[in-house]
Amino acid sequence: MAAGLAAALGSAVPASAGPTLDKVKQAGAISCGVPTGIPGFAQPDNQGKYTGFDVDICRAISAAVFGDPDKVKYVPLTAQQRFTALQSGEVDILSNNTTWTLLRDTTLGLNFGPVVFYDGQGFMVPKKLNVKTAKELNGATICVQPGTTTELNLADYFRGNKMEFKPVVIEKIDEVYAAFFSGRCDVMTGDGSALAAQRIGRAPNPEDYVVLTDRISKEPLAPVVRHGDEEWHDVVDWVVYAMMEAEEKGITQKNVDEMAKSDSPDIKRMLGATPGMGKALNLDEKWAYNAVKLVGNYGEIFDKHLGLGSPLKLERGYNNLWSKGGLIYAMPIR
Amino acid sequence: MAVQTVATPSRPAPWRDPKIRAIAVQVVFVAVLAAFVAFLVHNTIVNLRRQNIATGFGFLDREAAFGIGESLIPYSPADTYARAFLVGLVNTLYVSALGIVLATLLGTVMGLARLSSNWLVAKLAAIYVETFRNIPLALQLLFWWALLRGSAPPPREAWELLPGVFISNRGITFPVPFAEAAYFWMAIAFAAGLVVAFAVRRWAKRRQERTGQQFPTGWAGLGLALGLPAIVFLGYGLPLRLDVPALRGFNFAGGTAMSPEFGALLIGLVVYTGTFIAEIVRAGILAVSWGQSEAAMALGLRSGQRMRLVVLPQALRVIIPPMTSEYLSLTKNSSLAVIIGYPDLVSIANTTLNQTGQAVEGIAMIMAVYLAISLLISLFMNLYNRAVALVER
Repeated sequence: MAAGLAAALGSAVPASAGPTLDKVKQAGAISCGVPTGIPGFAQPDNQGKYTGFDVDICRAISAAVFGDPDKVKYVPLTAQQRFTALQSGEVDILSNNTTWTLLRDTTLGLNFGPVVFYDGQGFMVPKKLNVKTAKELNGATICVQPGTTTELNLADYFRGNKMEFKPVVIEKIDEVYAAFFSGRCDVMTGDGSALAAQRIGRAPNPEDYVVLTDRISKEPLAPVVRHGDEEWHDVVDWVVYAMMEAEEKGITQKNVDEMAKSDSPDIKRMLGATPGMGKALNLDEKWAYNAVKLVGNYGEIFDKHLGLGSPLKLERGYNNLWSKGGLIYAMPIR
Repeated sequence: MAVQTVATPSRPAPWRDPKIRAIAVQVVFVAVLAAFVAFLVHNTIVNLRRQNIATGFGFLDREAAFGIGESLIPYSPADTYARAFLVGLVNTLYVSALGIVLATLLGTVMGLARLSSNWLVAKLAAIYVETFRNIPLALQLLFWWALLRGSAPPPREAWELLPGVFISNRGITFPVPFAEAAYFWMAIAFAAGLVVAFAVRRWAKRRQERTGQQFPTGWAGLGLALGLPAIVFLGYGLPLRLDVPALRGFNFAGGTAMSPEFGALLIGLVVYTGTFIAEIVRAGILAVSWGQSEAAMALGLRSGQRMRLVVLPQALRVIIPPMTSEYLSLTKNSSLAVIIGYPDLVSIANTTLNQTGQAVEGIAMIMAVYLAISLLISLFMNLYNRAVALVER
């Protein structure tokens, strides 16, 4: 509601003077809309500092723009608030586990960056219900967050399979998971990765719950920017691609300085030893170098927050490089 | 003879004429205001178009495609956004109407209790008022919700309070009778009973004014309102088949249920608003001077009669205007339902505007609906206020 009003009022202000990149450079900070709390993706630590996979996307962009990964202002947004917050200019980018869909891309006035996480919608149930597949969920009470594709896929799935369900729709992540873990719902639905994360992060005893293997939808999660600002859209696209490319080329946070001296023309172009790429993006020539040096390559941030180096222990799966059987594929930086 | 010019008070120049100036200033003010509003509207439209965001109310005909947990009217995800919006509106009206009735009852009882000469009763009422008036409603809602869903067992271990009445963390499930033709006629009979009872009351009052003879209108009214439907019920041969809830799969099937979300919202609104109503009732009664009660005692009226015939009619004049604003705030506070997931108007409109991106239209609809509800409540309360106002002769 507040965000809606902000949109109504915010959009009445004269169109912003320049594109987002100018605004960001002038303000000296990127305003980044993150989820209010999904372990591994974005969660404040005990000092209130946000960490996670979504957070590192914004940090990488900050590193590329400012040479400093911490010039980011984090704005925690619920699924319902996030689009109006972006549309109204309250945030410059959403890194908010947002699924790329046609209607969002068009009628909502949004543009999507590269997919940073290929996900699918799943179900989490208490083990003692003894449910094996989603097809056994007829008549279940299901907790779901509003303003998500999850809410729509859920209705579609049950309609398609001629099953009944009762949704319990709660906006705040904290409250919806509290409701599920207190037994208000039989089932919790959400992106498979988020369910796995919340099971570890919030369940009183993770062993009592199981995430079913069924995936009922495709959930390509991508950063989001406003429609009509191609310059900023380009920056977001290419910083993400640079992180993917860095993993493919074996450039890591540790070895980036040595790699910058490499003889490979590709790597020299990307890391700014051969100038041109930065200028094309209106950024410093060290943009990609800074992103990798200060934040890490795609594989590194995945492992640190979601993968085997994290409590979540998610498999790379679809999120592996294309050359290793996954879908992560960077466009050529040249 | 010199022509004498009479100094007629000549009209001052238009820019000095206070009347014209006053009008001019108002015209300019209205023009500036209109220009400002036009600027905002124009700017909004231009910006929405620039960002490629859809406008207009065409989305209302599109399929909503999301599920709604509880609805008093039939709804499925295949229905339109307009229908989903209506579901939310009905839910808001339902909880508000029930809340207003219960809050009035609770508030009146507590207000009277605070004036009680019984120390314990008065102090308990005071503690109730001071506690619940001073805790934010949103917190209270979360408290009741956690209590309702947390303290009850899961459905498979539900407490069976009475045969067919189950309490679980899915709410209270209870049997309802299957619809029968007789029920329609019973409702008609009930309405007819009320009308006749009202007529009897008028007749009895006139007769009492004329002859001084009293008539037990209360008992007669009760008999008419309950007796007539009972006769219809008997006439149809006691048609009563209950839809008894039973555990099937995950949940109870059959009967009807009051969800923890609805329960928490209703309890929260009633308990919170009840405190304010209690204070209004107490203030209203204290506003009637003690002399009135003494006069009534001198006439030999009993304590109940004193309250009903002398004190309350005068207190109502003080009570009703502030009561209107309590009813309005209860209705508006029902929008806090979003916190605990009861699908009220705001919750459904929020989902709608999130999916369609049409925040301006969605918010405009929410505002229009609350404005309309509030104006209607005000209208009814003003009419009632006029009815009980002091008739000056």
